[in-house]
Parts: sequence; C-alpha cells; structure tokens
Amino acid sequence: MTADVWDQRVADALAFLRRRLSGDYEVDEFGFDPHLTQAVFHPLLRLLYQRWFRTELLGAEHLPRSGPALLVANHSGTIALDALMLAIGVHDATRPAGGVAPGQSGPPLSGRHLRLLGADLVFRLPVLSELARKSGGTLACAPDAERLLRAGELVGVFPEGFKGVGKSYQDRYKLQRFGRGGFVAAALRTGAPIVPVGIVGAEEIYPKIGDLGPVARLLGLPYFPVTPTFPWLGPLGLIPLPSKWLIEINPPIDTSEWAGQADDPVVVFNLADQVRETIQQTLYRLLERRPKPFEW
Amino acid sequence: MTSAPSAGSPSEHPDGDPGVVVVTGVGRYLGARVASRLAADSRAGRVIGVDQAPPPPEYAEWLSGVELVQADLTTGAGVIAALDADIVVHLGVVTAPDPAAGGRAAMKEQNVIGTMQLLAACQRAPRLRKLVVRSSTAAYGASFRDPSVFTEDTEPRETPRGGFARDILDLEGYVRGFRRRCPHVTTTVLRLAPLIGSAADTTLTRYFAQPIVPTVLGRDPRLQFVHVDDALEILHRSVVEDHPGTYNVAGPGVLTLSQAIRRSGRVPVPVAELGLSAVAALARRFDRGGFGLDQVDLFVHGRVVDISRLVREYGIVPRSTPEAFADFLSGRGAGGELLSRERLVSVERAILAGINRVRQGRKGGGTDQ
Repeated sequence: MTADVWDQRVADALAFLRRRLSGDYEVDEFGFDPHLTQAVFHPLLRLLYQRWFRTELLGAEHLPRSGPALLVANHSGTIALDALMLAIGVHDATRPAGGVAPGQSGPPLSGRHLRLLGADLVFRLPVLSELARKSGGTLACAPDAERLLRAGELVGVFPEGFKGVGKSYQDRYKLQRFGRGGFVAAALRTGAPIVPVGIVGAEEIYPKIGDLGPVARLLGLPYFPVTPTFPWLGPLGLIPLPSKWLIEINPPIDTSEWAGQADDPVVVFNLADQVRETIQQTLYRLLERRPKPFEW
Repeated sequence: MTSAPSAGSPSEHPDGDPGVVVVTGVGRYLGARVASRLAADSRAGRVIGVDQAPPPPEYAEWLSGVELVQADLTTGAGVIAALDADIVVHLGVVTAPDPAAGGRAAMKEQNVIGTMQLLAACQRAPRLRKLVVRSSTAAYGASFRDPSVFTEDTEPRETPRGGFARDILDLEGYVRGFRRRCPHVTTTVLRLAPLIGSAADTTLTRYFAQPIVPTVLGRDPRLQFVHVDDALEILHRSVVEDHPGTYNVAGPGVLTLSQAIRRSGRVPVPVAELGLSAVAALARRFDRGGFGLDQVDLFVHGRVVDISRLVREYGIVPRSTPEAFADFLSGRGAGGELLSRERLVSVERAILAGINRVRQGRKGGGTDQ
C-alpha cells in the first residue's frame, strides 16, 4: 500500500518538474506564480506556521471569502516572517470545506492568496525580489495596492514598515506610527473594506537587543540587528526562536461611508488612527491569552 | 519663425479624398509593412514612403504601391511640407544601434534630431491633420520604485540608462511640444511593447534564438510582447480612424524571462548584473549592436503595461503575450533546443518506467523482506 502512495508522489514530483522546466505555468501581471507558491512555498511556510510557531488563528469568519479587502496588521520580529505567516494562515483558513488536508495526496483546494505589499528594499535585492513577486507580493505603492483591490484580491499591508519590523525588544508590543495612512486612501478609492489584524508571537522570534548602525549604513539596510544569537552564532543565529503565535482577524470596517473622501487628509488620518487603535487593543487581548511566549 | 496654420484651414477634405499619407522609416520592417497595408486601403489615398536609404530589395514587393522619396529627416525633413502631407506616420525610429549604419551616434541622430526636424516640418505643413508616432514602452524607464503595471499616465521615476529609452523620452518630449503648438492636429502616440511574431527579426528574437541565454543573476523580470500583426493593425487603424492620445500597445498577460526561455527550450545562464552592464558598456564603446543597457535594464526590472485604454478606444485586444510568443516559437521551427517539451516528457516517462521495472524485478525475485 505504501508503495502506491510513493509512486504517486514520485509521479507528482516529476510532473511538477516537467511543467516547471518547460515553462508550462501561468504568471499574473504582478509576477505571482500560484503553481510555484502552492507546490513549494506553502508547504515550507506551513511547517513553520503549524509545527514551529504552533500558530492559532482567531476570527477566521471575518475573512471575506470573495471580493477585495485590505488586511492591515502590526509588524515586528526583525525579519518580516509575520507577513508570510499571515499569508499562509489566511490561505489555509479560507480553503473551502472538504479540501484535502495538507500532506495528503490529491489536488489541494486553494484558499485565498494574500497579496503582500513590501518595502522597496525587498524589490531592490536580487533573489529576494523575485521570491516576493512569485509568492504574490508587490511594491507597497498606491497604484499597485489599488490595482490589486480593484481586481478583487485580498491585500496585506503593514503600515509600521521598517519602524515596526526593526523595533527593539523592549518596545516589542508597542505599535509604531502608521505613516500618512496611504493604505486607507487606497481602500477608500476602491471601496474595499479594511480588516485590522493583530499578530502576537513574531516579537520574540529574533529579540533585537542592539543595532549596529555603521554596518547597516555600509550595507544600505535600515538596521543591522543584534540578537542573543545573531551574529554570535553565525548562521545558527538565523533560526527563529519558537515562540507561540496568535493571529486575530477583526471584523471588517466598511469604508463606503467615506467613499470619495480619499483626498481628505483628516478623514484618512482619523480612519488610520482608528485601525491602529483596534490593532493595539487586539495585541493587548492576545497577550492576555498567551501569558508565556515560549510555552509548548 | 514658422507659422502654424490656423485651425479650420484647408485641412478639411471633401469626403472620399483621403489625401496624402507620408510614412517615414519605410526602409525598416515595420515601416515597409505599414506603408504596404495603407497603399492597399482605399481609405488611405496616396502613400509616400520616406527613408534616408533605399529600402532593401526584399521589401520591394510590399512597397510596390508606395511612392518612395529618399530623404534624411535630420537634414531634409522639409520634404514633408513639400509633399503636402495630410497625415504623417513617423516610424523612422531606430530601436538598436546598427554597427553597419553608424552605430549609436547615428541612431541617436536619427531618433532625436530626426524626430525634432520632422515635427518642425509638420508644424509648417499647411494641410496636416494627423500625426501618428511610434514610441515604445521603454518610455517608462526602469526603477525599483516603479509600480508593477504602467498606465499611460505613469511618469518615469529615473532617467533610464539605455540609449533607446533615452531617445524615446526625448522623442515624446518633442511630441508633447508639438501637441501644444498644433492642437488642431490629431496626434496619436503608440507605445509599443517589444515586437514579436513568426517573421519578426529583432534584438530580442535574436536573443531568444541563442542556445544558451544570458540572464541577470537573481532577477526574473516580467516581460510583455506585442505580436507584429497586431501592432500593424493598430498602426493602420490609427491612420484610417481617429484616435488622438497616447496608448500602450502590448499583448495582455505576462511571461517571466525564465518562463520564456524555458518555453523556447533554451538554457538560461545567470550572470551578475555588474558583469552584464560591463559587457553592455563595452558593446557600446565599440559600437557593437545587439545587447545594450536597454536590455540589461529590461532584464533587471521587467516591464508590464496596462492596455485598457487601447482596448476601450480601438475596440481590439491584441493577441496575449504568451500567444504571441508561441507564434514566434512556431515560426522559428525546431532547432537549437536543448530542453524541448517532448524531450522532458520522454525523460519523465523513462524514469517512471525505470522505477516500475525495478519494483517488478524486486517482486519477481522476492528477495526483500
């Protein structure tokens, strides 16, 4: 019996390789490659999400099953793993019932792909830029965000940006500024609802206790982190600490009330502030649920 | 000083008299094909082809219905006014330096000075009522902060490094000035994606014809092509119909470079960007055509445009980029392919059959367990 399962796996792997090597797959205008994402990226991310971080996703019922929405989340963790975990969490939570569980053979039913908006540094770097595009990411700019929302996609944005990912360990649960709220304007222009999301757990994976400013400037990076394990242990220091993660999806905020006011900075700022406050409250709530970060 | 004709002057024609259409660049593939189609269309009237050199003999059949005038636009653009043109179709744009024809310096002269002089002459042409200019999607430049998809209103964020792209920016600048000075002339600017098709022979098609194809290490740009036949149709309609404005012309959909290379059965060889730029700079120094900074920029950043304005206004959707590329591959025929789809399928079958054989053998022997 086991031989049949392995036969199928070998045949699937060969068919996958053949399709890749002959270019027999589709890529959308942003460079998103669903074939590669589902076959290669998702299984790896799922391993981290389920086994390493033991992530629990709350409020999955608030994720729209169709149509556009802008997911706005907090950002932390020195390396933006939280964005990737949110993407796999959203994908698996929106998979239609009756889908095949991961790891079993058979065609997996696809959930919704969260299209992440990334900083331009990501797209400046070779390899990383292409991984970001192939997994559905694109540059965080108004035209791209609006184009994706108009196409009915789920878009993920982290308004804290580098101030968020690079926050020091002592400020780890404190939301940073939300910039000028460009994400709100994109939602107002396209009529997409805003879904505030709180993520707890990423704060502890690489506790940033120091910052080597000169090295960062030399490499053109926003910061060069020092953690208890990095750079002291070399590549071993890149292994994220296995903290326990909680993700909570809040009810969507309908933006139709403010349609046509995307150019009004006060409306935009107030809405951004409301979203920020919702996320901060979510973080406090999640922290109460998870008193010890490293409990298995 | 030149005096622009006032609006409503003799540019009106009685119905059925389309007047004179002047096509520049008929010595090049696109120009010859456009002139040929116009000459065959009764709506277009008299077609005059202009180029600085006599067209190559293989275009003679296409140009049989076209009156040919030999003139260098950089010095003799005045011929436009002398020809009493009603419509000017400017296709005399050189996309890559030709070492045999003066290299990059001549290319820039032709693209920039040629266009400037042509537009000055157009301004003086009393009967001119329409101008159609071939531009390129290279007008959007190349930057890491670019949006993924360019609409016609996107401004380039950085001046591009490639010579062709810079020529295109200059050319469009001149056309903007012309539009301001001559608002009564219907001006159409077509930003064409790289042309491809079964019969096309361009820098890019030659690139995909090599058995081993250099790419930029760690980059897999998104590419778009437009099928030559669709580009011809859109250029033709721009002349016989009225479509003022600027339009992106590209096949919808996207191929990544790696995907295009795989579909053509070639093998990519990633080269560090610095190395490629150095090679491109050397090629320019020695006036060798072909691979230049234009290509390096394209292969780092990729280029995808939005064509909804074209579809809305012209009412046609060009063949998709994957379709156009497939047509190019089928026209090229087999040959030089290291990794053909058939070969991959047969390798896949052979491996599966091999596994089965080994297992059958084991079962038959019954030695395991």
